[in-house]
Amino acid sequence: MAPEDTVLVWPHLVYIELICILFGVALILFLSLISPAPLEELASADTTPNPTKAPWYFLGLQELLVYFDPWLAGVVLPTMIIIGLVLIPYIDPNPKGKGYYTFSERKFSIMGFSFGLALWYILIIVGVWFRGLDWSWYWPWDDPHMHQPAGAVKLVDLEVILTSVLGLSESPLVTLGRYAVTMANLITWAFFLGYYAIGFSLPFLFLRNFYRRLGFVRYNLVMFLFLSMMGVPLKIFLRLLADIKYVLVTPWFKI
Amino acid sequence: MLKLLERVLAVARTTQVWKSIFRHGFPSTDGNRALVMFSNVILHLHPVRVRRGALKIKFTWCLGGLTFLFFILLAISGVFLMFYYVPDTRQAYSNMKDLGTVIYFGSLFRAVHRWSAHAMVFSVWMHMTRVFMTGSYKPPREFNWVVGVILLAITLVLSWTGYLLPWDQLALWAVTVGAKMAEASPMLGSSGPFGPELGMTSSNDVAFVLLGGTVVGQSALLRFYVLHCLALPLVTALFIAVHFWRIRKDGFSGPL
Repeated sequence: MAPEDTVLVWPHLVYIELICILFGVALILFLSLISPAPLEELASADTTPNPTKAPWYFLGLQELLVYFDPWLAGVVLPTMIIIGLVLIPYIDPNPKGKGYYTFSERKFSIMGFSFGLALWYILIIVGVWFRGLDWSWYWPWDDPHMHQPAGAVKLVDLEVILTSVLGLSESPLVTLGRYAVTMANLITWAFFLGYYAIGFSLPFLFLRNFYRRLGFVRYNLVMFLFLSMMGVPLKIFLRLLADIKYVLVTPWFKI
Repeated sequence: MLKLLERVLAVARTTQVWKSIFRHGFPSTDGNRALVMFSNVILHLHPVRVRRGALKIKFTWCLGGLTFLFFILLAISGVFLMFYYVPDTRQAYSNMKDLGTVIYFGSLFRAVHRWSAHAMVFSVWMHMTRVFMTGSYKPPREFNWVVGVILLAITLVLSWTGYLLPWDQLALWAVTVGAKMAEASPMLGSSGPFGPELGMTSSNDVAFVLLGGTVVGQSALLRFYVLHCLALPLVTALFIAVHFWRIRKDGFSGPL
C-alpha cells in the first residue's frame, strides 16, 4: 500500500465522523421535537385493543399470521431467517464482488437477497398501513373506525378440495395413533414434499455449473433456504387466489 | 483577550497535570496526528491511515457508525429515564405520565430514546443491506458478518423488551402478541407442534420462562426491565467490541 494512496485518519476520517454525529443527533432531536413518544391508556387485561399491533419491525411477522399458524410465522420462519443470514458468508463461494457494488458478477445472490428483503418490507408496509380493525384490509381512504363487512370467502384445506374434486373416500387408509391418514392427505404430502424434491432436482439436473460451483453441502443448504423463502409467497398466493387455508394437515401441525 | 487565552493554554500544556492526561501535542502535525490514534482509547479503534477510497460516503453511507451513534444516544437517554422509572405495575404508568408532565426534559428524553430505537433498528437493516451489496462479508470477514447478525437479533429483542416498560395498552398487547408466538414454539411451547407431547404446559414452557408467569404481569415487567436495562445492553456492548475489533484487524473491504 503506497503511502500516497492513503490519508491520515485525523483529520480526514474523524472529520466525516463528526459530521455524521452532528447529523444523526440533529435528526433524532428534530424527530423528537415534532413527534413525542406516545402514551396510551393504562395497561388493562380487560380491554383488548382492536387491532393489536406489534412494533413495526415485527409487523411483517404478524402479517404472516394471516397465512401461517403462529409456530411458523412467529417462531420457525424468523429462526430460519436468522440462520439463513448467518450462513450467507459460508454458502456463497463466489470470490468476486468483494468490496464494491456489482450486480453482474453475483446475479443470483443479489437477486435472492433482494427478493427476501422486498418480501420483508412489503409485509411490514401492509401490516403498518393496510391493516385495521380485526386485521382486515383497509385502504388509506377507508374509514378506519368502521368494521369491514365479513368476507363471503370460505377458506378450505387442500385435502378437502382434493377429496371433493377427485371423489376420494374419506375413510382413513391407516391410523397412526391420533393420525387418520386418508388418500387425500397422502396426496397433500406428495405435493408438499414434491415441491422440495422438484425444487432440489431441477438445478441439479439442468444447472450443472451452479451445482458444481456450490458443492453438495452448500447446494443443499442454499436450495433448502431458497425454496423455503419462495414457499412463503407461494402459500400467500394459494390463500389469496384459491382460498386454501392449509396445504398440509396433521394432528400436530398444519402448514 | 485571545492572546491571553493562548498564553494560558501554552503554559497549561507544560504542566505535569496536562502531560499526565494527554501524551501528545495538539494534532496539527502529522506526528501528533498519528500519536493521537495510539494514545486515545476511543480513537484507537481507527488505524493511523486509511485508503483514500475508503472515505467515500457512497460506499458505507456511514451506516455502521450511525447505528453505533444511536446506541450511544439510547444509553445516555436510557440512563436518564432510569432515574424516574420503577418497574412496578402500580407505578410504571404514572412514572411515564410524570416524565411527560412534571419532569424537566422528561418528554424530550423519552422521545429521543424512542426515535433512537426506531432509527437503530432501521440503520442496522440498512447497514446489513449495504454490507451484503458490497460483498463485504466475504473472506476473511465471514465471522464479523455472523457477529453482525447476532447484533441484529439483540437489537430487535432490546427494542421489544423496551416496548413493555411504559405499561400502557400498546405495551401490554404488543408484548402479548409476542408471548403468544413464543407459546406456539415447536417442542418448547404449550400450544406448538409436539409441545404437549413433550410435556409442555402453560406453566413450564418457553413463554412461561419469558414472562415469569402465564400472563403479562409484574414478573414479566421485571424480567423485561432487567433484560432491557442491564443484561442485553451488556451483551450488545460486548458484541459491538468484537465487531469493531474485527473490522480493525481484518481491514476495510472498501474500494481498492
